[in-house]
Amino acid sequence: MITGAYVAGTSPLHRAPAGGKLAGLALACTALLLAREPWSVGVAAAGVAAMYALARVRPAAAWAQVRPLRWFVPVLLVVQLLITDAGSAVSLTARIVLAVALAGLVTLTTRMSELMGALERGMSPLRRVGVDPRRVSLLLSLAIRSVPVVAGIAGRVRDAQRARGRERSIRAFAVPLVVGVLRQADALGEALQARGLDD
Amino acid sequence: MTIEVCGVRHSFESRTVLRDVDVTLTEHRVGVIGANGSGKSTFARLLNGLVVPQHGSVRVDGLDTRSDGAEVRRRVGFVFTDPDAQIVMPTVAEDVAFGLRPQRLSKPDTRQVVDEALSDFGLSSHRDHPAHLLSGGQKQLLALCSVLVTEPKVLVCDEPTTLLDLRNTRRVLDLLSRISQRVILVTHDLEAVQRMDRVLVFDQGRIAHDGPPPDAVAHYRSLVE
Repeated sequence: MITGAYVAGTSPLHRAPAGGKLAGLALACTALLLAREPWSVGVAAAGVAAMYALARVRPAAAWAQVRPLRWFVPVLLVVQLLITDAGSAVSLTARIVLAVALAGLVTLTTRMSELMGALERGMSPLRRVGVDPRRVSLLLSLAIRSVPVVAGIAGRVRDAQRARGRERSIRAFAVPLVVGVLRQADALGEALQARGLDD
Repeated sequence: MTIEVCGVRHSFESRTVLRDVDVTLTEHRVGVIGANGSGKSTFARLLNGLVVPQHGSVRVDGLDTRSDGAEVRRRVGFVFTDPDAQIVMPTVAEDVAFGLRPQRLSKPDTRQVVDEALSDFGLSSHRDHPAHLLSGGQKQLLALCSVLVTEPKVLVCDEPTTLLDLRNTRRVLDLLSRISQRVILVTHDLEAVQRMDRVLVFDQGRIAHDGPPPDAVAHYRSLVE
């Protein structure tokens, strides 16, 4: 999960240009797609661990990047075991976890403004076909910024459910969550307009 | 700089929230008070063009919010009640820098402006912290910092202390009293409006009273008691 939590640091990865990190991420994910043999997945895992060590990321912050997959991984593994052999199932699941870990490492070591700048530069040729790179990069930053906000709304809704003894009602969770998120989106739109972003 | 609100009437669906509002604001500090639903927040949103009136006009420094909204918003900053809704970027420094993007400053210049602003607001030690992990008071200070770094001439604050505890309320109000910008403060805090030069009292979409703070507060009390 992208937590939006840049962790300040001076490691070589922190100092590396954002564009280079994004390109490296794309290449690494492509390589992960191609790495099907268990030994190559093992090498990739060692490589990812080495990158985290190089970035001097604390174990807790590293774990936070893949923690949201803890429910998804067993389900994926079981489904894969049903349709393919054990080696392939483990390999595919591990490669997904490694890709998420790598993406997390990029957000942990790169300021959002630098990512936005790199994306804007990378997408500048798309101006010719009517794409506004500034808007696209803003959209990305808002998506990342919204993750903790939505998590906060979900937490408040859950507390309210507990207080009223409706812990098990999916409807009592989903309706206020959706309403809360829509209100938040509305307020954010107004705030962007107030800050001159709509002009 | 003059803000002129002329013959403004505005409705949301079938509910009329502002009726025949006519006022000219020239004072350095203006307070706006009134009960919930009295129209004061909509009035505040008129002043930087977030709400364009259905009838009448709002002019800021001679610019009409209907036709010159972008220019008006460059001159009139806005601070909302909920700081979470207005913090756009993941970290503190990035959120302050975000407001400077239209100015297209160089990286070193942006960094210098941001660092000075964070220092002024006592947020330097939180420079690279995730904005969502700040306390409520710090978030509101960040919201103020992010707006003021763009150097608007007027700052409109819509109940900026409603979600804050006493200590943070004082920090924000002290800050508002120190800044050089003109301030229009919408609030339920009757103590805070005592520092204003002029106070408008809203009731059922109209300005029910307009005058110095003691008289305005007395009038507001008479409306609710």
